[in-house]
Amino acid sequence: MPKLTVEDLKNLREGLRDKMNIRSGEAKAKVIVHMSTCGIAAGARDILKAFMDEIENRGITDILVTTSSCAGLCSKEPMITVLYQNQPPVKYVELTPQKVKKIFEEHLLNGNIVKEFALASGSETTA
Amino acid sequence: MQTDISKVDEIVMRYGRRKENLLAMLLDCQEEFYYLPKEALEEISKQTGTPFVKVLHAATFFRAFSLKPVGKYPIHVCMGTACHVKGAPRLLEAFERELQIKKGETTKDNLFSIETVNCLGCCGLAPVVTVGKDVHGKLRQANVSRIIKKYRSREGSDA
Amino acid sequence: MAYRSHILLCSGTGCVSCGAFTLKETLKTELQKRNLQDEIQVVTTGCQGFCAEGPIMIVQPDGIFYCQVKPSDVPTIVEEHFIKGRPVKKLLYTGAAKATPIPALKDIPFFAKQQLVVLRNRGLVDPDKIEDYIAVDGYSALSKALTEMKPEAIIAEIKRSGLRGRGGGGFPAGIKWETCRKAYLQRNVEPVVICNADEGDPGAYMDRSIIESDPHAVLEGMAIAAYAIGAKEGFIYIRHEYPLARQRLLNAIEQAKEYGLLGENILNTNFSFNIEIVQGAGAFVCGESTALMASLEGEVGEPRAKYIHTVEYGYKNRPSNLNNVETYANVPLIILRGSDWFASMGTGDPRENPWNGSSGTKVFSLVGKVNNTGLIEVPMGISLREIIFDIGGGIPKGKKFKAVQTGGPSGGCLPESKLDMPVDFDSLTEAGSMMGSGGMIVMDEETCMVDVARYFISFLTEESCGKCTPCREGLRTMLDILNRICEGKGKEEDIAFLEEMGEVMQDCCLCALGTSAPNPVLSTIEYFKNEYLEHIKNHKCPGGVCKELITYVIDKNKCDGCHACTKVCSSNAIKGEAKKLHSIDTTKCIKCGACIEVCTKDAIYKE
Repeated sequence: MPKLTVEDLKNLREGLRDKMNIRSGEAKAKVIVHMSTCGIAAGARDILKAFMDEIENRGITDILVTTSSCAGLCSKEPMITVLYQNQPPVKYVELTPQKVKKIFEEHLLNGNIVKEFALASGSETTA
Repeated sequence: MQTDISKVDEIVMRYGRRKENLLAMLLDCQEEFYYLPKEALEEISKQTGTPFVKVLHAATFFRAFSLKPVGKYPIHVCMGTACHVKGAPRLLEAFERELQIKKGETTKDNLFSIETVNCLGCCGLAPVVTVGKDVHGKLRQANVSRIIKKYRSREGSDA
Repeated sequence: MAYRSHILLCSGTGCVSCGAFTLKETLKTELQKRNLQDEIQVVTTGCQGFCAEGPIMIVQPDGIFYCQVKPSDVPTIVEEHFIKGRPVKKLLYTGAAKATPIPALKDIPFFAKQQLVVLRNRGLVDPDKIEDYIAVDGYSALSKALTEMKPEAIIAEIKRSGLRGRGGGGFPAGIKWETCRKAYLQRNVEPVVICNADEGDPGAYMDRSIIESDPHAVLEGMAIAAYAIGAKEGFIYIRHEYPLARQRLLNAIEQAKEYGLLGENILNTNFSFNIEIVQGAGAFVCGESTALMASLEGEVGEPRAKYIHTVEYGYKNRPSNLNNVETYANVPLIILRGSDWFASMGTGDPRENPWNGSSGTKVFSLVGKVNNTGLIEVPMGISLREIIFDIGGGIPKGKKFKAVQTGGPSGGCLPESKLDMPVDFDSLTEAGSMMGSGGMIVMDEETCMVDVARYFISFLTEESCGKCTPCREGLRTMLDILNRICEGKGKEEDIAFLEEMGEVMQDCCLCALGTSAPNPVLSTIEYFKNEYLEHIKNHKCPGGVCKELITYVIDKNKCDGCHACTKVCSSNAIKGEAKKLHSIDTTKCIKCGACIEVCTKDAIYKE
């Protein structure tokens, strides 16, 4: 990895910024599993594994699974955020591997939000 | 129990025998042996040129260290404020009753020991207890005996 | 430059044929006209696959989806959405709205009242990927600082922003940096930058969460501080109970080095800076600056008298700048957006005097007897009531609020009458508590305030290093008295004695652990004296906590004889036939409370 200069950093940022958003052609959907100490303690690893298993068993390539940190609402862990094409992000709470299966089939494959497990849609307010 | 001094040697070398890394060496020893054997402290003292009394001072000052061997599944009951108001003291007593040992002691079969910790930082899940590396959150006293049974049966199936 | 919003404009063939390019030009002109071109970025994207409704545009981070947008709609969108913050209803894609009948995050009070600065990237970036951080303007502040700003200018900007130390004391970071730099220039001894991640307050985990969410923000903040002060070396002192946070930091440092954002000649300038991670070993007193630095040197973490401050003579007698995780994490955005932006949040106007008010936001861990427990970030000056009842959703099971504890073992308990008080450094101190690092523990009517005071004093008795007498002996004496009161053996003069002892400790202890140690006792006596008196005079514990003063009773009208309690009772104290009223044998009952936990009929109570 060559060390960056100020100019490199700027160019790199512009390039990466586009990549942060899911675009058609690259991925249809993205799952963010919220994994901090609290989330992991509440079982986030099992949730991550359940998604990975679904993807592997079905041989799916256009759904991304990534991890990020705590979403703040510890009492409703484990949590995930699902980004499906052009929908606003949807947060699911208090998950179990059984719920994952349903979310995978209905939301990630077909774009239908699973109402009963969803908390809300949208992003948090940043200053 | 025989202490593997070569392990201590490895840890001391990891930090280039530097005195100022005493804390890190002790932490690594605690991780390796689950307690700080006297032989390990003596070896650290010798190799870093730190007086033994100073090594012992550090080993007894910090909560992370234990001078007695702990169980295979050390139980840490979180005593943070959030856990306290959600009943951690009663939960601690429930573990003590179940295992028939007190805080700071180890069961005769060397499987479990009970300690308290100040805060595990998962207050959202209070009350919290860790058994080995597993975290159990939102615990109730009614769950205690089932948890202990789970680890006991894991041992049974290993044997 | 950080954009607050991105407009993703579809430029697939379908949308282009409906006029997407014209739309883009119109948008850009309109944004420029409103002087929003630096705040809102227009990005064209590939086909969004929704060609029937084109041209399509999506506004991020709100996730608002507009369809069939015509150039003539643009002024309305810019005016309504970007200036007034209201999405334009008639252009919203309603088909999707029907299919997504779940609430929006911003309509849920837990999220609505929060304002994310330090935690802006939580749940969005992958903390193990530096690329994610760079994509959201990561390291731009460092780049700006190194190329466009002199160290003095950075210090002036931090001072002007009013950023006060988030670790507890609330000392203005800019003044600390300035003193450190001055000491360095005067003595020509190389300074160090230290990050305190030894988050010791029980019930607080803000710093863990910040590191686990966004480790690079902490590293970037430290690098900017190092450049401003003149340091080449930095340490992060992190508690060993946080293995995941430590791992993420190690990984982040490794990646930053690879990219040349840490190490020698950062971003090809002549500034070099390295960070080392040191683990603590579980000693609360090591959060104190002199103890922390002793521990860094490989000594036992005992404080020394601070007639000379560590900012001048600290780690190995070098000038040492110590700030906590959250303080450093605020730095990059202040540099990027300027002190005016930061000072505009929170209370007071710190621009002339950093002590004047509390600017910015604060992260709290909202825990205890509250419905929504979690980690929140709110603007300074918000009321306790908004935090506990709006964000926290109130007290579970319809119980009554009794107190909220802030500031950890150095803080105090505030009663209902203080709920409308603004949360900032000075108001909390005035009310007898303190900001501390940000633990906020809610207590309901089933919490005993004497027991809470005893809890903190017992914690501090174990954590006192024992070096100075007032702390070591004072705490022990206080604990004895509190134990006695909780057992129903208190005397009326105990209260006055506790107060007197508290004052002695405030005056005489060596370090801040000791001088602030009486706060939990003094604040509970001030606001909950009647509870002390109930224990002492009537031998009753109003919260139903102190074992010696309570008995467990079964409510005749509620018990349906389900046997749930008899199964968990370890002392066989509960008797009763199935489907018939049970009763508790008080001579056998050990008051463990397991029966209350399992009773679904609320039929067991304490009196």
